[in-house]
Amino acid sequence: MGDTYSQIVNSGLGKQVAGTLGLPRPSRLRRYTPGGTLIDGPVLVGGHGDAPLAARVRTLLGERGVAVAEAPAADAPSEETLSAVVADLSQVQSPEDLESLRALVGPALKRLGPSSRVVIIGAAPEQATGAAQRAARRALKGITRSIGKEMRAGGTANLVLVADGAIDNADAAVEFLLSGRSAYVSGQVVRVGAGHPSPAADPARPLAGKVAVVTGAARGIGAAIAEVLSRDGATVVCVDIPAAGDALAGVANKVGGTALQADVTAADAGSRILEHCRSRHGGLDIVVHNAGITRDKLLANTDADRWATVVDVNLGSILRMNETLLSDEGIREGGHMVLVSSIAGIAGNRGQANYAASKAGVIGLVDALAADEGVCARGITVNAVAPGFIETEMTGKIPLATREMGRRVNSLAQGGLPVDVAETIAWLSQDANAGVTGNVIRVCGQSLLGA
Amino acid sequence: MTQTRRAAIIGGNRIPFARQNGAYARASDQDMLTATLEGLVARYGLAGERMGEVVAGAVLKHSRDFNLTRETVLGSSLSPATPAYDVQQACGTGLEAAILVANKIALGQVESGIAGGVDTASDAPIAVSEGLRETLLKLNRAKTPQERAKAALGLRPGHLLPAIPQNVEPRTGLSMGEHMAQTAERWGITREAMDELAVASHQNLARAYDEGFFDDLMTSYMGLSKDANLRPDSSLEKLAKLKPVFGDREHGTMTAGNSTPLTDGASLVLLGSDEWAAEHSLPVLAHLVDAETAAVDYVHGDEGLLMAPAYALPRVLERNNMRLQDFDFLEIHEAFAATVLSTLKAWEDEEFCRERLGLDQPIGAIDRSRLNVNGSSLAAGHPFAATGGRIVASLAKMLHAKGKGSRGLISICAAGGQGVMAILEAA
Ligand SMILES: NC(=O)c1ccc[n+]([C@@H]2O[C@H](COP(=O)([O-])OP(=O)(O)OC[C@H]3O[C@@H](n4cnc5c(N)ncnc54)[C@H](O)[C@@H]3O)[C@@H](O)[C@H]2O)c1
Repeated sequence: MGDTYSQIVNSGLGKQVAGTLGLPRPSRLRRYTPGGTLIDGPVLVGGHGDAPLAARVRTLLGERGVAVAEAPAADAPSEETLSAVVADLSQVQSPEDLESLRALVGPALKRLGPSSRVVIIGAAPEQATGAAQRAARRALKGITRSIGKEMRAGGTANLVLVADGAIDNADAAVEFLLSGRSAYVSGQVVRVGAGHPSPAADPARPLAGKVAVVTGAARGIGAAIAEVLSRDGATVVCVDIPAAGDALAGVANKVGGTALQADVTAADAGSRILEHCRSRHGGLDIVVHNAGITRDKLLANTDADRWATVVDVNLGSILRMNETLLSDEGIREGGHMVLVSSIAGIAGNRGQANYAASKAGVIGLVDALAADEGVCARGITVNAVAPGFIETEMTGKIPLATREMGRRVNSLAQGGLPVDVAETIAWLSQDANAGVTGNVIRVCGQSLLGA
Repeated sequence: MTQTRRAAIIGGNRIPFARQNGAYARASDQDMLTATLEGLVARYGLAGERMGEVVAGAVLKHSRDFNLTRETVLGSSLSPATPAYDVQQACGTGLEAAILVANKIALGQVESGIAGGVDTASDAPIAVSEGLRETLLKLNRAKTPQERAKAALGLRPGHLLPAIPQNVEPRTGLSMGEHMAQTAERWGITREAMDELAVASHQNLARAYDEGFFDDLMTSYMGLSKDANLRPDSSLEKLAKLKPVFGDREHGTMTAGNSTPLTDGASLVLLGSDEWAAEHSLPVLAHLVDAETAAVDYVHGDEGLLMAPAYALPRVLERNNMRLQDFDFLEIHEAFAATVLSTLKAWEDEEFCRERLGLDQPIGAIDRSRLNVNGSSLAAGHPFAATGGRIVASLAKMLHAKGKGSRGLISICAAGGQGVMAILEAA
C-alpha cells in the first residue's frame, strides 16, 4: 500500500517541483505509540470567561506530564513553538464573545509545530438559553472546520461540545484529540453528555480485563481494530466468514485472542458470538460491528440481489445480532458498541446507492440505540465511526487516478491507515468515555466529501 | 500412578481436503500441518500455550521431514517449549496419534495434547533409484580422485529414473484397490450398493456444510473452504456411468466414484484432561472410552487386506460390555465403499463371526441411519494420515449435540492389514 505520491513529493527534487506547482505535500502524521508521551508540549490553554474546562485540561496535562503555556500578553508575543491549543469557549453568551477565540487561537496558529492540535471546547447549542447564545455556540463548528482547513503539516482541529452538567466527562475526548490516536481525525465534533466515566487504572492499557468482539476481523480495518483493542488490554474475539478462516486465524493468534468463524448474516450469528464470549471468556464488554462489503454499480443497473446483499451484510445483520448482543445477557452494563459506517453514508457516492443506504442506515441505528431506554439504563454507549479514504487492500484496487483523488481531497492530503480507524474505535470503547454516545466520528482527515 | 482418567476431546480443526495436484499442489506436509495447527490455536485461544505434546504423522513423507511435527510446532504460535513427535501407521496414523495422546492424558503424564496427521499426494517424496543411491553413497565414501572416478563410472542411464511412491502393498505387489476388489467379490458386494453408499456420503457431507456443521471444525486454506472432492449433485445415474477401475475392468464393481481419490490435507484434534479444559474455559465434547488395533494376515492367510477392523470390534465390544447396535453413531472410514459394505456384511455373517471371530452369535446388522451421518471419505477425500483427526473431531461434536452418554464408534482400516478402532462417549 505504498503511497508513491507522498514519497516522491517529499524527496529532495520532488519537494522543489511540488512547491513550484503548488501540489499538496502530505506530512507524516504523528501516531500513538504505547508508553509515549501524550503530546510533546507545550500546550496553550485558555478560553472565554471563567473557562471551567480549561482548568480541567490544565490538570489533565499536568497528570500526563505535558507543559502548559499561558496566553502571552498582546504586546509581548511569544515565538515558542506550541504542540496544541485548547480553547474553552463553553461560556460564550453572544457572537461578540467569539473574539476571545480569535485572540487566543489566531496568533497561536503560526506557532504550531507539525502534527499539532487545535481543540475547541463548547457547550451544546441545543441547550442554549437564548438566541444569541445558541448562535454563538453553533458558530464554533464553523470556526473549527475552517481552522482544520488552515492547519498545516499534519495538524488537526476538532470541537468538543459538552452538555450541561457533563463537564466532568470530557477529559477522555480532549485527551484523545490531543493524542496521536486521533492522527486522521479532523474537523469533527465530539458531543459529550451524561454518563459515569471511570478513568483507566493503567492509562497504557485502558481496556484491560475487557472482552471485545470484532466482526470482519480477518483483514483490513477489522484486523487493525483487533490489534489495537488487544494492545490496549482487551481479549479479542475475532469473527469472520469461514472462507476467510486462515487469515482470521493469523489475526487471532497475533493478538492472542480467539477466532470464531461465523457469517454475520446467519440467523444464529448473534447467539453464537455471545455463547462464545460467555463460555470462553466469561462475558462481553465491547462489540465492534465492522464486517462490510461493497457491490458497486449505478443504481440504474443494480438488481435486487446486489441491493439486498449489501444492505443485509452491512445493516440487517447488525440489527439481528443486536437482539442478542444487547439483550440482558449480552453486553455487560457500562459496555460499548461501535458501528463502522462510511463517509459514503454521509456524502453519498456514485455507484454506491446500496452501500450508502446501508452505511447511512448504520447512523440511524446509532441514533436509535443511543436513545434507547434499555441501552441507556445499562450505561452502554453506542457510536459510529465513518472512515474516509483508508489505505487497504480494498481501496488499493481502485484505479490509480480515482485513488489519487480519494487520497488527496482532504485537509491532510493523504489517505488514512486502518490503525487510524482502529484507534478511534478503541477510544470509543473506553469506560473513561462513558459520556460519549450517539456520536458519529469521521476518520477522514476532514474529507471534502459530505463535509 | 494407579488411577486413570478418561481423556477429553475438546475440539479439532482441519483444512478442506483437496484433490491430488489441485489447490494444494504446491503445499508441503509441513505447510498444511502448520496451517491446521494455527487454525486450531486460534479457535481455542492457545497462542503462547505450552501443550503437553503434539503428535502427528504423515504416510507419504520426505526424508527431510524426519521431525515433521516438532518443526510444525516451532513454526506455529504455540509455545516453542511444546514437545512433539511423529508417528506412522498408514491410514491409521491420525487415530492412533489421538489414542497415544489420550493414553498419556489418562495416565496423568500430560494434561493436554494435540494429535492428528497430514498427507500430500501432490508433493510426494520421489526417491532416486537404488542404483543411483548406491553410486552416490560410494562417491561419498571415496577418498581419492581415482576412487571417485571409479565410483562415478558405475552410474548407468537407467539409474536416473526416479522411484515414485506407489500405493501398493510391498508383500503382494497389489494395489489397495486390487486387494479390495478381491474382498468385495468374496462378500458379493454389488455395484449398486457401493454407488448408493457413495451418493449418501456426498449428500450427507453437502448437508453438513449447509448446516454450518464445519464452521468450527475447519479453517479455509489456499482458497479452499470446502472439500474439493465433494459433489453435492452426485446421483446413482451419474455414478452408474463410470467404468470399473479395479478388479475386472469389464464387469467389476469398483469405480472412481465409489473409491476415495488421492487427496491432500491435514487434521488435528485437541485433547486434554477435564481439569485442563475447565481451567482454560474450554468445552469437553466427548471422552475417549477405549481403543483397539487389530491386524490380519492378508499375505499368507485367507483374509482381506482391509478387514482388520472386523476383528478389532468383538474385542473392544467385550471389554466394554457393549453391542454394535448400542452405538448412536458409527464412523466407518470409506477407503472404498466396498470396505464399509464388506465389513458390515462380515459382522452379519454367522459363519464369519463363528469361525473367524470366535463368537456364538453374529454381531448383527446396524441401523444404517447411524452410519457416517455427516459424510465420510468417499465425499471428503482421504489424505491418509488426516482421516483419523477428521473423524474424531466430527464425531465428538455430533455426540455432544446428541447428549451426554451417547456413544460413537470409529473404525479405520490401514495398509499392512491393520485396523484401528476407538469408542467415544459424549460428555
Ligand atoms: N477501506 C476504506 O476506505 C473504508 C472506508 C469506509 C468504510 N469502510 C468500512 O470499514 C469496514 C472494513 O472495511 P475494509 O476496508 O477493512 O474491508 P475488507 O474487505 O478488507 O474487510 C472486510 C472484512 O469483513 C468480512 N466480511 C464480509 N462479509 C462478512 C460476513 N457476512 N460475515 C462476517 N464477515 C464478513 C470480510 O471477509 C473481510 O475480512 C467495512 O464495514 C467497510 O465498509 C472502509
